Amino acid sequence: MTELGRYAGTVLAAYGASLVLLVGIIVQTVLANARARRELQEHERRG
Amino acid sequence: MSIWEYANPVKFMRTSGAILPWVVAGAALCTVAGLVWGFLTPEDYKQGSTVKIIFLHVPAALMAINIWLMMLVTSLIWLIRRHHVSALAAKAAAPVGAVMTLIALITGAIWGQPMWGTWWEWDPRLTSFLILFLFYLGYMALWEAVENADSAADLTGVLCLVGSVFALLSRYAVNFWNQGLHQGASLSLAPGERMAAVYRYPLYLTMAGFFLLFLALLLIRTRTEIRRRRLAALLARENRA
Repeated sequence: MTELGRYAGTVLAAYGASLVLLVGIIVQTVLANARARRELQEHERRG
Repeated sequence: MSIWEYANPVKFMRTSGAILPWVVAGAALCTVAGLVWGFLTPEDYKQGSTVKIIFLHVPAALMAINIWLMMLVTSLIWLIRRHHVSALAAKAAAPVGAVMTLIALITGAIWGQPMWGTWWEWDPRLTSFLILFLFYLGYMALWEAVENADSAADLTGVLCLVGSVFALLSRYAVNFWNQGLHQGASLSLAPGERMAAVYRYPLYLTMAGFFLLFLALLLIRTRTEIRRRRLAALLARENRA
């Protein structure tokens, strides 16, 4: 396991904040796409 | 075959659907492998373990600038050739660009505190990056504020042109003004300034990962925008009938 030394808090904060933002935009993108696809399919099915 | 064929939404949906799984797999592989590799690199003799922040900060900053420039190109295509897919691609890219800019700003502040002794400085590069982030927010707000989609595409296209000054400024600010805390290019090829291979290779991998991640998100988000537009068109046609 890597040693982070006295800057452990700094490194972990940077990785933690970045991962939260990256996961957030990925989840929002996937959910919005699923919703748009579902709404369009339902509308086209109704004719 | 012409590149303009992909301005056809049907053609775009078919082609993007076929390549998307490969782009997603490549993005996941390069990003995860690059970040894990970067996290396991040894401490730098000057910066200690904070050097590991470079594997987030540099790829995010690189993408923040280049996403805006990609939006500039697609906005110009819309303004000149009126291809709807290009306007929707610019709209789709903006939130990803805003997140990349925010990651660059946050990791820069966290990194700057132990290295420079301050979270923030009104340094040319930091300030131009903050302005670029505000441009991203303004661009997204303008898309939401204008009801007519074509008018929104026109107005945001012009805003994108203006914001490009700050996107380029954030890249070259260090060269224009020889002052401030921020260093020059991280990946310099100049003799004696080249980054050690132990850091350079994982950095290349995370840069490829962030690019592929952006491409995957761009394709998915553009597909979402095309579906929303199709649904809006169907509803408008029903209301007229």
